[in-house]
Amino acid sequence: MHTTDYTVADIWQLLEKVTDPEVPVLSILDLGIVRHVHIDDTGRGQQVEVTLTPTYSGCPAMDMIAANIRIELMMAGVSKVNILYQLSPAWTTDWMTESGKEKLNAYGIAPPVSLVGHQDGQEITEDRGIPCPQCGSVNTNVISHFGSTACKALHRCNDCNEPFDYFKCH
Amino acid sequence: MPKDTIAFTLHLADNALIMSQCLSEWTGHGPALEQDIALTNIALDYLGQSRNFYQHAADIINIQRAMPIFAPGRSYPLQEDDLAYHRLEHQFCNHLLVELPNMHWGQTVLKTFFFAHYQQAVYRHLLQDADLQIAAIAEKSLKEVKYHVKWSNDWILRLGDGTEESYDKMQEALDKVWPYTGELFEATPWNTDRLDTEAMQKEWDKNVKAVLQQATLSVPSSVRSQTGGLKGIHTEKMGYILAEMQYLQRVYPDSNW
Repeated sequence: MHTTDYTVADIWQLLEKVTDPEVPVLSILDLGIVRHVHIDDTGRGQQVEVTLTPTYSGCPAMDMIAANIRIELMMAGVSKVNILYQLSPAWTTDWMTESGKEKLNAYGIAPPVSLVGHQDGQEITEDRGIPCPQCGSVNTNVISHFGSTACKALHRCNDCNEPFDYFKCH
Repeated sequence: MPKDTIAFTLHLADNALIMSQCLSEWTGHGPALEQDIALTNIALDYLGQSRNFYQHAADIINIQRAMPIFAPGRSYPLQEDDLAYHRLEHQFCNHLLVELPNMHWGQTVLKTFFFAHYQQAVYRHLLQDADLQIAAIAEKSLKEVKYHVKWSNDWILRLGDGTEESYDKMQEALDKVWPYTGELFEATPWNTDRLDTEAMQKEWDKNVKAVLQQATLSVPSSVRSQTGGLKGIHTEKMGYILAEMQYLQRVYPDSNW
C-alpha cells in the first residue's frame, strides 16, 4: 500500500484524536503526556516513534492509550508505530493545556489548580477551597485524597452539597 | 556505575510488589468505601513502581546476558513478569516489614506509614543515582509517595490520638511492628555504594517519631531488630503470599489475557 507522507505536525494532529480512556473529554495532548514525535522514512513507508510520559506509575490507562495511538496512526496509513516511554522529567499537571482544564471543568471534574492563592477570600489548598465544578463555590473540602482513578481526589461542595472529583496537582 | 545494580533494582521491585500484594487483600474489605479506594490506589502505585523496577532489571539482564540462576526455563529476552512470577521465596530480597500480615486496619496503616516514610527517604537519595533509569523511577515515584505519607500520617493521628480502644490497638501494633523497622536501614554489599543508610535512618526517625509523638504513641525502647529479608530469609507469611500471587503463572506459564 502506498501511503501519503506525513510531517511531524500531521502526526501531532492525528494524536489529538486519541483520548484518555478514563477521562474521555481529554485528548492525550490536553493531558500533556506526549513528549516527542519522530518520523523515519524507510523505503517501505514511514515509521513513527511516539514518546510518552506516564501520568502515574500504575495507571492502567497507559497500555490502552498506547494501543489507541497505534490504531489511530495505522488507520491513517503509517506502516510502523513505536511507542517509547520516558519517565524523567516526571509528568506534571502543569503540562495540561488550558483548554484541557476547561474541558475537565465542563465535564464535572475540577481541574488541577495552582495551590498558592486565594479566591473569594478563601485560601485554596488540597484540603479545601477547590472551586466546585457544578456551582463554582469555593466553600468545599476534601473527602479523600484518593478517588476513582489514580489521578483524582474526592471533594465535596458545602454550598450545592454535590460531591465532585478533583484532578490532583501532580 | 555502582556494582550489583541488578540485585539492588530487584530489591526495590520486591519491596514495592509485596507491599502492593498485601495491601490488595483489603480490596472490598476497607472500613469505608473511600478508605478502601485509598488503600487500593496506594497498592496500585506500588504495583506500578515495581513494574518499572522489574522491567529495568530485565533490561539490564538482557543487555549483559546475565541470566540469573533463579529463572529456570526462562529465555531471553526476560520480561518484568519473569522476575515477579518465576522466582522462589529465597530469591526475593524485600524487607520483612512489607510481608507482615495486615491484621487489623490500624496495623495495616502502621505498616504503610513506616514504609511510606522509608520510600520517601530512599527515593530522595536515589534522585542522584548514577543509574539514570533508577533516578527517573525515583523521581516519578516520589510524587506518589507524598500522598501515601500524608494519608498514613492522618490515620496514625486519628487512631493513636483517638478513643481508648483505638489507642490500645495502635500501641499494641506499634510494639509488634517496630522491631521490623531497623532492617530498613541495614547495609548490604549491594546497597552501600548507593545509599547513605545512616542519613536515611536519621531522616526517617525524625519524621516518624514526630507523628507518633503527636499521636500520643510511645516507641518501644531497646528492641532486637528482626532481619533476614535482604538475604532471602523470610517469615512464614511470605510463602503464602507468593503461593497466591504466582499461582497462575506457575500452573500456566506465560499465559496471557
